[in-house]
Amino acid sequence: MSLTTDRLEMGPVAGSASAHSGTALADPSAPLSGVPYAGLPDPGLPAPRPRIGLATRRSRRDRLAELAAQKTAAGAGWAIVVILAGVLVFLLVQGWPALAAGADDLPAHASDFWTLAGPLAFGSLWASALALSLAAPIAIAVALAITQYAPRRLRTALGGAIDLLAAVPSVVYGLWGLMTVAPLLARVYPWLTAHLGWLPFFAGQPSASGRTILTAAIILALMVVPIMAAVCREVFVRAPASSAEAAYALGATRWETIRLAVLPFARSGIISGAMLGLGRALGETMAVAMVLSPTPFLVTFHLVESSNPNTVAAFIAQTFPEAHGLETSALIALGLILFALTFAVNAAARRVAARAAGK
Amino acid sequence: MKHASIVKIKLIFSFATVFAVAAGCSAVEDNPDEGVSSGASAGTLSGVLAGGGASSQTAAQEAWRAGFQAANLDVTVDYDPTGSGTGRTNFADGGYAFAGTDAPFTAAEAAGSFATCASGSGLVEIPAYISPIAVAFNLDGVDSLRLDAVVIADIFAGRLTSWNDPAIAALNPGANLPDTAITPVHRSDKSGTTENFTDYLVQTAPTAWTFAAAEAWPAELKGEAAEKTQGVRQTIAATAGAIGYLDASQASGLGTAELKVGDGYVAYSPEAAAAAVGKSSLEAGRAAFDVVVDIDRTLSDGDVYPLVLVSYLVACERYADPAAGSLAKAYLEYVISAEGQQAAAEHAGSAPITADPALAPKAAAAVAAIA
Amino acid sequence: MSTQAPAPDQMSLSTSALLPTPAAAPDQTSAPAFAFAQVAMSASSHVPAHAAASPGGRVFPALTGARPAWRRRFANRFAAIVAAAGCLAALIPLGFLLAAVVSRGAARFDLAFITQTMRGVIGAGGGALHAIVGTVFITAATICFSVPLGLAAAIYLVEYGRGKLARTVTFLVDVMTGIPSIVAGLFAYALLSLLLGPGVRSGLAGALALSLLMTPVVIRASEEMLRLVPDDLREAACALGVGKHRVITQVILPTALSGLVSAVMLGVARIVGETAPLLLVAGFTDSMNLNLADGRMATLPVYIYSQWQNKGLDAAAYDNRAWTAALLLIGFVLILNLLARLAGRLFAPGAKRHARAS
Repeated sequence: MSLTTDRLEMGPVAGSASAHSGTALADPSAPLSGVPYAGLPDPGLPAPRPRIGLATRRSRRDRLAELAAQKTAAGAGWAIVVILAGVLVFLLVQGWPALAAGADDLPAHASDFWTLAGPLAFGSLWASALALSLAAPIAIAVALAITQYAPRRLRTALGGAIDLLAAVPSVVYGLWGLMTVAPLLARVYPWLTAHLGWLPFFAGQPSASGRTILTAAIILALMVVPIMAAVCREVFVRAPASSAEAAYALGATRWETIRLAVLPFARSGIISGAMLGLGRALGETMAVAMVLSPTPFLVTFHLVESSNPNTVAAFIAQTFPEAHGLETSALIALGLILFALTFAVNAAARRVAARAAGK
Repeated sequence: MKHASIVKIKLIFSFATVFAVAAGCSAVEDNPDEGVSSGASAGTLSGVLAGGGASSQTAAQEAWRAGFQAANLDVTVDYDPTGSGTGRTNFADGGYAFAGTDAPFTAAEAAGSFATCASGSGLVEIPAYISPIAVAFNLDGVDSLRLDAVVIADIFAGRLTSWNDPAIAALNPGANLPDTAITPVHRSDKSGTTENFTDYLVQTAPTAWTFAAAEAWPAELKGEAAEKTQGVRQTIAATAGAIGYLDASQASGLGTAELKVGDGYVAYSPEAAAAAVGKSSLEAGRAAFDVVVDIDRTLSDGDVYPLVLVSYLVACERYADPAAGSLAKAYLEYVISAEGQQAAAEHAGSAPITADPALAPKAAAAVAAIA
Repeated sequence: MSTQAPAPDQMSLSTSALLPTPAAAPDQTSAPAFAFAQVAMSASSHVPAHAAASPGGRVFPALTGARPAWRRRFANRFAAIVAAAGCLAALIPLGFLLAAVVSRGAARFDLAFITQTMRGVIGAGGGALHAIVGTVFITAATICFSVPLGLAAAIYLVEYGRGKLARTVTFLVDVMTGIPSIVAGLFAYALLSLLLGPGVRSGLAGALALSLLMTPVVIRASEEMLRLVPDDLREAACALGVGKHRVITQVILPTALSGLVSAVMLGVARIVGETAPLLLVAGFTDSMNLNLADGRMATLPVYIYSQWQNKGLDAAAYDNRAWTAALLLIGFVLILNLLARLAGRLFAPGAKRHARAS
């Protein structure tokens, strides 16, 4: 076996750990931002020559394994690229003809594709924004309760119960929303319009069935909460104990400790969880399709009326079974729009997260 | 050390998983599924017959499948209720050996070529499922109302907004109509039910209903929309003052309307629906075995219920795969037999096509033409 | 439960012992469910402004004596109440939902339901065995596709990824979370039709479509979990000269295990209730199919949807079957969840230390 000395050629593994850890110590916010470990290999610095232990006994097998691990990981990255490229190409090729289609070929006899797509994109964003603004505070509160407040024995039970929300299939949410939630809310909405009608959100004629975009957003929020809460929980639990200890030691209350030592550390995780939840809300099909009462081409901020903007995903599901020819193309192009929406929202969130972490 | 060994086990496991999956993937490629995996052999049928399409037929297909599979134990018939458009597309692509659809292929499309069929083969289309569409409502203490097409059009166009409107009261003398607001409910998805309902309004109330007959509800109209039959049913059931249209088999428990036909009023029933189809003429310009009904909703006979949905089964005269042909022929023969139509009537509430002396022989001849 | 000492869990035992733990505060015992409203130690006035710095260098500017104690106490209590309210806001709908599913699903929750298929059944009777089997098979296949790929990609992004490829992958994973499920189904259908001829329907095709939905969830969630592994651990291992792949397999993955398990469970929860893509590519059947690679395969969500949506005259029988299948589906995810957490706990290093994470 060839031993030692070849450590210098080992690429990404190569030492320079000391140099890296030096910077890491100098910048305590390092774990908050970006890729903490990726900057490791630095061919410019000579690796410290190992003296003892494991390092001297690196065998060829070890190096091969290292190489294999690296290639496997990179291969997975490439696989994602290939798969997604495949999906994008598929959507582009299949959806392209719809962009030039006219009123005779498009769903709902839209005069052109963008007339169709615009209101639907608005509906998706609006419903998801409503859902997220309902879900985010609840999810964070739930995650805080589980990790910071609840006694240990209750913690597992509480976590399990919240996980149960994620276990409910969307068809069941749809059924429940249609049969139980909507009729219940139908009794609340007239009160909202009567007392809060001066707010533009609650203006108009309240829906008699309760199947409005607010109802759909509430159902969506219930589906988003467990996803977001699960991520937040993990992040909160892993907030560095030292900061929390320091805060307590200085006499901080529990809330002050959370605010100063837990939440700042968790910010990127919270945003990540919210994005996962948003992905679910944007792409959710069945529950929205079953609960919402949509009107084509409608753009409105009214929350409790019978006529509501439809979402992209629900519209695809409702139109696809009876679609043929260019209509199918238009639906696939709508799928592409949903892609673009998700990406735009994600990119914005990443920017916010990066700015927050950099501050 | 213990950790290390556990990690190794896990590594091995994950690699094994990857290989197993890879092996699984390569195994798939040896198994192309052509809709029919094996065919008829010496007298007894066996194999898988795959079809799909209109969801309106699903309950009837359930009855037909059960009956047919009970008689042919080695046959499995599958029906994907994916929707008429998807059913037609899949049939044209060669994915389905037969398709169910609420809207038949147009005459031009029917003259084209289909991957499922042998080249040069004609198309077989038969009306297999005839079902009345009910106009159902939720009004406290009112089980039945008399409505005419103009009033229905006015209600669904949003011009009549209260149940005690004089126009409704005039048709229902003596009925105790509350001043509840009317909530008309329509389908949010594209559907054959909507097309037949709007076609009824177009034919019988052209001045009141200015929109075209289409599978999608007119985009100009606002109001309450619900997904599929059950969405409409549930919304009507949960909303006081709601009114909607849906497959009559699902209208139990709701109040339903008698429609004005000629000078009288007719409640929905399978017999009245079958009469409406039987008294209509076949669509002109179609091939001999392309049996498509042009429903006349303006008949004034006292025994027809003009608001009716006809759903078709599509097959080939000659199949690219003969095994699929013999299975499809046997299945469709069962579907239009008295036994099959009776099973659908009992289970799905449809009107037996066999009750109609004019239509039944034509459908039977079309099925017999399948080679 | 409420009498338990509310020592913050992040602290190691020794440190919390040093703190003036408010366990003995009189209002503590009256706290209803959680040891919530914990009144602060009133040491604030001793702390000079701006001097409160953690070892990590973070400054706590708000910990000054300027704020009156009652306000801090109020804020603390208010936060606890908000946390409790958040829990209730999630748990009350859950309770109603579960009550609805259980009460409606109980009617057909019998042996026949889990031992019979729908083959040859008209009206009442029948069961969902074929759909249960299909769900188990397809979910297992989806996990086999998504978890290795998703985990490897997450490892790549966190441990190796730099430059263009990593940025591209991050971008694509973001986009991937937005794939509407029906588009995933369309793509899988188009791809397999191209490869295997038209009309292809199989459980494996369903798993393929679902993998498109599950993989990004697994990547995003496990990426987050991997990033949470403290850099000290990586550095310590590297300083010993351990190869990077060993750092990953022996330090990082075990440390992040419980988080990774929950990442996988998030992914499973995302796909297990999917209906639209499965209806497209796995099809719909009344009969049992044990072959993932060939032929239509029923799943519980498709079963629920079609039972509810396409009823015969005997509507109650269909409703009952749909709700019972919903009950079974929720039970299935629960069991999977429990198994995964159990596995996570068994394999995790220093199980006690990480138990709180679950």
